[in-house]
Amino acid sequence: MATKVVMEALSPTMEEGRLVRWLKPEGASVANGETLAEVETDKAIMELVARGDGVLRRQLVAEGATAPVGTLLGVIAAANEDIAALVGGATPVSASAAPTAQSPAPAVAPAPAAVAPVSTPATVAPVTTTAPEHETAASDGGRVRSSPLARRLAAERGLDLHAIAGSGPNGRVVKRDLDATAAPAAAAVTSVPVAAAVPVRAGTEYTDIALTQIRRTIARRLAESIGPVPTFYLTAELDVERVSEMRKAMAELGDDYKVSVNDIVLKATATALAQHPEVNAHWLGDRIRQFARVHLGVAVAIDEGLITPVVFDADTKRLRDIAREVRELATRAKARRLKAEEYTGSTFSVSNLGMFGIDQFTAIINPPEAGILAIGAIEAKPVVVGESVVVRRRMRVTMSCDHRVIDGATGAKFLATLRRLIENPLLLVY
Amino acid sequence: MALITYRDALNQALREEMQRDDRVFLMGEEVAVYQGAYKVSKGLLQEFGEMRVVDTPITELGFAGVGVGSAMVGLRPIVEFMTWNFALLALDQVINAAAKMLYMSGGQYNIPIVFRGPNGAALQLAAQHSQAWESWLAHIPGLKVVTPGTPADAKGLLKSAIRDDNPVVVLEGEMLYNTRGEVPDGEHVVPIGVADLKREGDHATIVTSGKMVLVAMQAADALAKEDIRVDVVDLRTVRPMDVAAIAASVKKTNRAVVLEEGWELAGIGAQVVDYIQRECFDDLDAPVLRVHQADTPMPYAKNLERAAKPDAAKTIAAVKRVMYRGD
Repeated sequence: MATKVVMEALSPTMEEGRLVRWLKPEGASVANGETLAEVETDKAIMELVARGDGVLRRQLVAEGATAPVGTLLGVIAAANEDIAALVGGATPVSASAAPTAQSPAPAVAPAPAAVAPVSTPATVAPVTTTAPEHETAASDGGRVRSSPLARRLAAERGLDLHAIAGSGPNGRVVKRDLDATAAPAAAAVTSVPVAAAVPVRAGTEYTDIALTQIRRTIARRLAESIGPVPTFYLTAELDVERVSEMRKAMAELGDDYKVSVNDIVLKATATALAQHPEVNAHWLGDRIRQFARVHLGVAVAIDEGLITPVVFDADTKRLRDIAREVRELATRAKARRLKAEEYTGSTFSVSNLGMFGIDQFTAIINPPEAGILAIGAIEAKPVVVGESVVVRRRMRVTMSCDHRVIDGATGAKFLATLRRLIENPLLLVY
Repeated sequence: MALITYRDALNQALREEMQRDDRVFLMGEEVAVYQGAYKVSKGLLQEFGEMRVVDTPITELGFAGVGVGSAMVGLRPIVEFMTWNFALLALDQVINAAAKMLYMSGGQYNIPIVFRGPNGAALQLAAQHSQAWESWLAHIPGLKVVTPGTPADAKGLLKSAIRDDNPVVVLEGEMLYNTRGEVPDGEHVVPIGVADLKREGDHATIVTSGKMVLVAMQAADALAKEDIRVDVVDLRTVRPMDVAAIAASVKKTNRAVVLEEGWELAGIGAQVVDYIQRECFDDLDAPVLRVHQADTPMPYAKNLERAAKPDAAKTIAAVKRVMYRGD
């Protein structure tokens, strides 16, 4: 009797799951209840268990691939059993995202609606062969039966009730079932990297990050809540005393060394972005693209509105190059003389209204970029330093973040790096 | 502390309270010369005389009304019903007069009266004389209802009932009168509305009161031999009910069985289950089960009567079910 391995609904809201990895290779003997694979749901990484004894004859879905609930993932059968009828209808599903590829097309092959087991009843086995009393509630696809206490304890311990076989009447999950479940799902999450993030390396243009289920859920839910780009804002007040000193000192060296505060902010931002590729990223709908290079869009007000010329590879450019380039780009922008390639391709943007006396503002993200930094005016104000109040020059920056890409802490870490650079501008030449 | 019967514990309470307050008097059928149908009032006529220990005709409504009237003018009557089955005839006075007087007089007349007597089934007294009235009486705003299950609680609760300035119903048990237990000498008062944890365990809770406390203790003993340890929460008072004590136990054990002598529908147990689901919803690991009398008039035949009554075996089975053990 063959047993199908299907993508089970391992959480109440799960519609599809990502097969993180197979724990049993093809050809391995498996027993009913043994863990076959790890599946990432929209909530956590869960274990997918065998529903029958035999040999894992086929793996029909590749590691990393996402498949809708109900998709045939594999077949467990006797070593010599003919499983052609079972496997025949299934389309192999490959991983949806190729890391560091130039333009990977999402390749989630839609699973066949039904793997029709009509003709050869001998090879068709019920998915679940356990006794109904001990059936996991997950296998009936719907609500999990559980006692109120079990629900409370599961929430406290971070366990997914769907993954627990209920020993009570009608498969009800009760306290003792939770007590018997040693490893909480949270531990599984930490033990397996959620996102197969590849560190940025020299030479690669960017890194595509396959969307984890949790990232997918965050993206969908937040976009529903706030609009197409679920934006949140982080504001920090930076001390620019040293930036001002540096700028003054440079200006005293002569006109050739004149840079604006904005130039220094751009240089600092580009440097910080190079250290935080998770912020230097685009939202591409089915994946996040993290860039190894920093192409900084600089918003320039023109009579007709606004345009954002790009300082390419801003992180590698010297301050004076940035200063000269920005000045030149802005001049041509105002004259409407920019070429298309000069205002497209930015990975992150900066908008500065400080020269208009704006203390602080929020800038609107330019999709598919994941963030934009809004720079306010420099203002001398009383600041507590140590035990005394002193006058310091301060500048407020506000980062708009696309929450589908950037989480609060991610953005905050980037701003912390930026603060360190702005407040210690010598680091920019280090 | 002395090992005495439930009957003698009640007798002590009556005597001590009649000594303590000369407004307290006892009346009922056969309470004086015959010394009480169950000898609860033994010796009281001799000690306190016929003005304070009064034999009445067989007219429950009449002497209950005399009691209410005497309470209105300052006395503290104890009305004994030979059994609560006979008290059905007096319920108009108990419910419409005693329980409502304070409210309907705008607070002018409080009724410091005790209605007491044996409640529930004894042995083969048949359908009309084997009824447990807790839920009927506890239903009524204006009444307090105590259900002592042990001699010590019988003494302590009867004393509280006599000292209470409002009508208190004391439900005793014919089968309890001969049971023995340690009872503190002299001043021993059990407050109304406070439950007692008669036995401590952490696997399940049995909530019960009155005569069923003994049944619960038997069940607990038997379960202990199977290494199942239960809390036995003795409500002692069914109105007002000690919800906090019930909740504390159920939150600890996560499962409960409610054991009562009477019938299922609208029984005391139904109210207990309601409190549990409200107070302990997230602590429950199993539905709360009830053990009660079969939904039928009490049979006379011994075997059928036994089958109809709640007992230790039924309680044990219910505890195992809430623990998902066997079925």
